[in-house]
Amino acid sequence: MTAQQIIFLVVGFVTLGSALMVVTSHNLIHAALWLVSTLFGVAIIYTLLNAGFLAVVQVVVYIGAIAILFIFAVMLTRKDMRDQSPQLNKNWWVGALLAVVTFGGLFFLLQSWSGFSRTAADLPSGFDAIGRLGEALVSPDAFVLPFEVASVLLMAALVGAVYLAFNRK
Amino acid sequence: MNFWNDPLKVAADWSMEILTGWGMPEVGARVLIAFLGVFLLIAVLMVLDIFLVWIERKVVARFQDRIGPNRLGPFGLIQPFADIIKLLIKEDITPTGADKVVYNIAPMLSMMSVLILWAAVPLAPVILGVDLNVGILFLIAAGAIGTLSIIMAGWSSNNKFAMVGAFRQVAVMISFEVPMLAMLLIPTVLSGSMGMNSIIQAQYPIPFVLLSPLGALIFLIAAIAELGRAPFDLAEGESELVSGYNIEYSGMKFGMFYAGELLHAFTFGGFWSILFFGGYGLFGLEKIPALMWLNNPFINIFTLIAKAMIGYWIIMWVKYTMLRIRIDHMLAFNWKFLTPLSFVLLMMTALLNVLLRDGSTWLYISGMFLSNVLLAWTALEIARTYSRREREKVEGSKHSLGAVEGVAEAHH
Amino acid sequence: MIPLSWYLILSAGLFSIGLFGVLSRRNAVAILLGVELMLNAVNVNLVAFWRYGDLAQMAGQVFAIIVFAVAAAEVAVGLALIISVYRRRNTVVANDIDLMKW
Repeated sequence: MTAQQIIFLVVGFVTLGSALMVVTSHNLIHAALWLVSTLFGVAIIYTLLNAGFLAVVQVVVYIGAIAILFIFAVMLTRKDMRDQSPQLNKNWWVGALLAVVTFGGLFFLLQSWSGFSRTAADLPSGFDAIGRLGEALVSPDAFVLPFEVASVLLMAALVGAVYLAFNRK
Repeated sequence: MNFWNDPLKVAADWSMEILTGWGMPEVGARVLIAFLGVFLLIAVLMVLDIFLVWIERKVVARFQDRIGPNRLGPFGLIQPFADIIKLLIKEDITPTGADKVVYNIAPMLSMMSVLILWAAVPLAPVILGVDLNVGILFLIAAGAIGTLSIIMAGWSSNNKFAMVGAFRQVAVMISFEVPMLAMLLIPTVLSGSMGMNSIIQAQYPIPFVLLSPLGALIFLIAAIAELGRAPFDLAEGESELVSGYNIEYSGMKFGMFYAGELLHAFTFGGFWSILFFGGYGLFGLEKIPALMWLNNPFINIFTLIAKAMIGYWIIMWVKYTMLRIRIDHMLAFNWKFLTPLSFVLLMMTALLNVLLRDGSTWLYISGMFLSNVLLAWTALEIARTYSRREREKVEGSKHSLGAVEGVAEAHH
Repeated sequence: MIPLSWYLILSAGLFSIGLFGVLSRRNAVAILLGVELMLNAVNVNLVAFWRYGDLAQMAGQVFAIIVFAVAAAEVAVGLALIISVYRRRNTVVANDIDLMKW
């Protein structure tokens, strides 16, 4: 059991546990805060995968913006401080069954794949992941077009969100 | 490699020898030494925090033409300790209806988001927690945790004023992260790396403030807004919202918010000096052969702390001199003026950097400096024209009403 | 060292939990929380395959960054929609927003 494996197990359990609390928590603000914990766990997973830039971007974008958006939205769409109504559907057990079946199906499918237990290749020395990522994002024969389209998408979302939520008095 | 040149490594090796001599496995010894290093850093920072309280009170007193605390100890130096004792012995109140867990975690998260920043700050080339190659984004990420802690504090207090204060503060913090991020990209563009150490090394011999003074200024403005200090402290101004998100906090929890805010201001002073003023470098003095002895890590630490103190003093100067800005003016200032300006500045800096860097040094420095001045002047002219038009619209309508003509004439 | 299977099981588990959240919760905002979990699971999968596959191919990380952008856009517009619906109908329970049913 190397240190990395121990860290992965701890972080994995915390992430999955927080995700369970997100979907079963009665109080919605608590659910949003458990989501923050899950997102943190995922950021640590990115660090374990040597994708340090993605880890920091995850914290900045997801925790610093999206989680706060969720908290604001929960606060703006409630009639009183305490959620008394039941939080789960009438047929929640169908959802649970489907989730278990999905997980089982994915696990079974992946297990029959030969590369399932692959171990990681070592990083070549002097591997500048951020530099290569930057080049891939702006190089014409790499991914500059999806990058620009994503920025147009964000612009559309910005305009759309402001227009939809604008309170015309 | 003796103690004076590389203190951390020497201390770590010596402790490792002792611990493995006692029979501890090497992995465990390494973890323990890492923990000891972290405790040492946090202890030094918290003691520094106490003296920041003293500095703050003395400086604000001098700005307001009085002396400040001078009864306890020489120059009032024991005063912060008395403050800490007072906060510690206060009753720990949790308001009814407050969400206990979130209420108690919020001040911890707020303090944590400041302390974690010091893991990435290089105090010397060899004294730093970790040489992150995404150090700049790390600054924003820690700010995100601080934002989260404020909204947790505001919501869990079960108090309308706290909620409104927290909403406003978080809106300001999120909004001003955009120009701050654009300005953080300027040292990245100028030095080609996002790691703090590389940025400091690239600032020999020209500190980036000469290449991008407008960038340093906008970063300072955005940093002051992120900190929630005046003139952007609408969320916790006493006359506006009693105390904003920390209304319901008493005793040491309030102390953590307060001390965390001061330490955050000092940390931002440190980051400002790292990004634009050369960090622990002495503006190239230590590269002169006669002054090689200045390459010492202890002198580096002293230089960085001194520069951070100067940055902190400028932030305090702004706080105690300027008026508070209204929340809608704050947000309009950010989205209508600062964000477009910061993006144009970033594009211009990147373009000019590529064009001028290979030429002569004097052309490079003067070209970038003048372009910054030109951009600032243009932006101010546009803002002035726009505000003149608005003022004429308002004064025009006043004149047409006729009733307040006497007042308008008295103004002229 | 950590075999790839661990990461894939983690992301499958996260995806299934998110699926449960989407299918079983009444509040519209809670459904969006489940969608966020699913998007994060997908991202973990992408980055794991980048790491355990060809490191020179940055497609995995680029795809993950595009997913970040798409998730942010979707959350922004989705929450704006929910807030407008709340202003009109004073409820965010997904079952009660049924004007289009007959």
